[in-house]
Amino acid sequence: MKKHLFTVVCAFAAVAVIASAVFAASPTLETVKKRGNLICGVNTGLTGFSAPDDKGVWRGFDVDYCRGISAAIFGNPDKVTYKPLTGKTRFPALQSGEIDVLSRNTTWTFKRDVNLGFEFVGVLYYDGQGFIARKSLGVKSAKELGGASICIQTGTTTELNLADFFRSNKMKFKSVVVEDAAEARQNYAANRCDAYTTDRSGLAAQRSVPKNPADHVILPEIISKEPLGPVVRHGDNVWGDIARWVRNALIVAEELGITSKNVDAMKKSSNPEIKRMLGQEGDFGSMLGLPKDWAYNVIKGVGNYSEIYERHIGPKTAVGLARGYNQLWTKGGILYSPPFR
Amino acid sequence: MSDIAKNPDRSFVRTENIPEAPPPISTAGVAGWMRANLFSSPANTALTLLTFYLLYLVVPPLFEWAFIDSLLEGESNKDCRGIEGACWVLIPKRFGQYIYGFYPEPERWRVNLTFILFCLNLLPVLSDRVPGRTFAALFLVFGFPIVAFVLLHGAFGLESVPTHKWGGLTLTLVFASVAILFSLPIGVLLALGRRSEMPVIRTICIAFIELWRSVPLITVLFMASFMLPLFTPEGVNANELLRALIGFIMFASAYMAEVVRGGLQALPKGQTEAAMALGLNYWKSMQLIILPQALKIVIPGIVNTFIALFKDTALVSIIGLFDLLLVARSAVTDPKWLGLEHESYIFAALIYFIFCFSMSRYSLWLERKLDTGHRN
Repeated sequence: MKKHLFTVVCAFAAVAVIASAVFAASPTLETVKKRGNLICGVNTGLTGFSAPDDKGVWRGFDVDYCRGISAAIFGNPDKVTYKPLTGKTRFPALQSGEIDVLSRNTTWTFKRDVNLGFEFVGVLYYDGQGFIARKSLGVKSAKELGGASICIQTGTTTELNLADFFRSNKMKFKSVVVEDAAEARQNYAANRCDAYTTDRSGLAAQRSVPKNPADHVILPEIISKEPLGPVVRHGDNVWGDIARWVRNALIVAEELGITSKNVDAMKKSSNPEIKRMLGQEGDFGSMLGLPKDWAYNVIKGVGNYSEIYERHIGPKTAVGLARGYNQLWTKGGILYSPPFR
Repeated sequence: MSDIAKNPDRSFVRTENIPEAPPPISTAGVAGWMRANLFSSPANTALTLLTFYLLYLVVPPLFEWAFIDSLLEGESNKDCRGIEGACWVLIPKRFGQYIYGFYPEPERWRVNLTFILFCLNLLPVLSDRVPGRTFAALFLVFGFPIVAFVLLHGAFGLESVPTHKWGGLTLTLVFASVAILFSLPIGVLLALGRRSEMPVIRTICIAFIELWRSVPLITVLFMASFMLPLFTPEGVNANELLRALIGFIMFASAYMAEVVRGGLQALPKGQTEAAMALGLNYWKSMQLIILPQALKIVIPGIVNTFIALFKDTALVSIIGLFDLLLVARSAVTDPKWLGLEHESYIFAALIYFIFCFSMSRYSLWLERKLDTGHRN
């Protein structure tokens, strides 16, 4: 019986593989088009990156990337079904085909890229682990934190990073281990630890919590690299290309000064790269299996990188993150995209 | 004195009762109740005083926090600055999401209607003052799910609302009620099967029960949600909510089966024998003699399982279904409502409490009503 079952499963798997091989360019794109919407895996709730608003509409930095892909495919940024995922369920959901693309503040690491069979299509947000401490502590740098008690989430890579950082600087610390961000916040607020460490995007959200944000300071050190970006499955390279070039289009648009407001005027631009990108020249869209004006739709629908950033996590929002690393390479950051050529 | 002196042979006999005197002031009324229940011994007095002191420490500040110093109306967490107490501002703004999840606003009447119909259908099942129990119970299991599906999901011209938009209390109730409705009949059948004398049926039932009882619910949900689609070809994915629901029902039935089996085993063998002696066949004897007694014995166990099930529905949040708990959690990640975890979670807890407590009270009432001398 067991053997039979196994054979049946294998047969199904084989059929699935063959079926996907004989399809046109991108089976995922075909599925998405047929379904009429994109299924995008997002965080169940991370301030500024993805959270439902009062009306139940998903908003955030990661969410807008999904909307960008939707705009590229359908010319309409709102044809997205959001699949809220937790840290544990995000990878199985992508592997099993429950979602088409994962846009959920996922750190690009060797193991995830290689071992899990995923393709990271690029970095959308350069994050890194940092510290927040009470101003009254009088600490100006993380290197002065020797002997401090530090709140940290258990089971994350941040725990390891913290231990490494203190060991390499020959300092001691007392860790106060907590389960999640909210608990960390409570502990920190109740003075049970002197400082709290997590990704800097999370720290900023932490500081914006109502009670006297000015009493806390985010220390300048970044002790780990956390490049966050969208992920797709191995095995559908064209789909990977679509996801990658939507990301690139957002960045190049900022570089070339194309915004959601001036994109119509920009269509008449004489700059050859703008022409190629907006579909006035060449036929980049059909190479991806997309309409000619796909990039125009992306920018018209969600804006360029800077617009998305300022809308959700920029200095004027509750999260209040400065661009930092996520500034264009021309302006002192490391945000870079290959050219449209 | 003088009377007796005049008629020495007339004995003194009272012809009427002395009117009842009120009990001594120290054992009646509030004082008496307090004396008997709160201050009956030095140890109890000490405990009472301590309890009152603790209540004094906890209740007034809590009351002040929740009602006096609190804020109910506001636009965002900025309004909470300077507020010492609870900042309930997000509850009215997000009330719809707590209750309906992402269910589109113009269609929410359908959820309400389903809920009202459900309550109407449940009424005859729960109380014998309303007629038609058998029909209502059968309809609840076989007919109502179809009605609810048509109303909630949409068919026959009703706009379709895909299941990923269901959420909040609605989703929690769908999960809980479906699991409760189906787990009881399936559990009864499994329990009977496990005690059956037919080896095949018995083995299947034992295997089913033991299998589902030996895996954690999280694993079941996880399997149903993410592992199952790995084994099916693309495009043949059953609805995600349905998959999770089936896993949930299987799990619940296994537990229910063991609770019911406890009741069956508590009945003396004479009951079965008597039923057989009356010429009743298996199903008749079960229906008329065994099950009514067995189920009555295990009411506390059954309701216990129901309540546990209701609370277990919160686990579906780990597979990304937006139940009440996940709505409460994600609400405070909106930049507007950052830092209001206490308020959001307390509100969700209150809703859970209302439902679980009502179930518990109903079971107590039912036990008292059915009490025919088994209680010691």
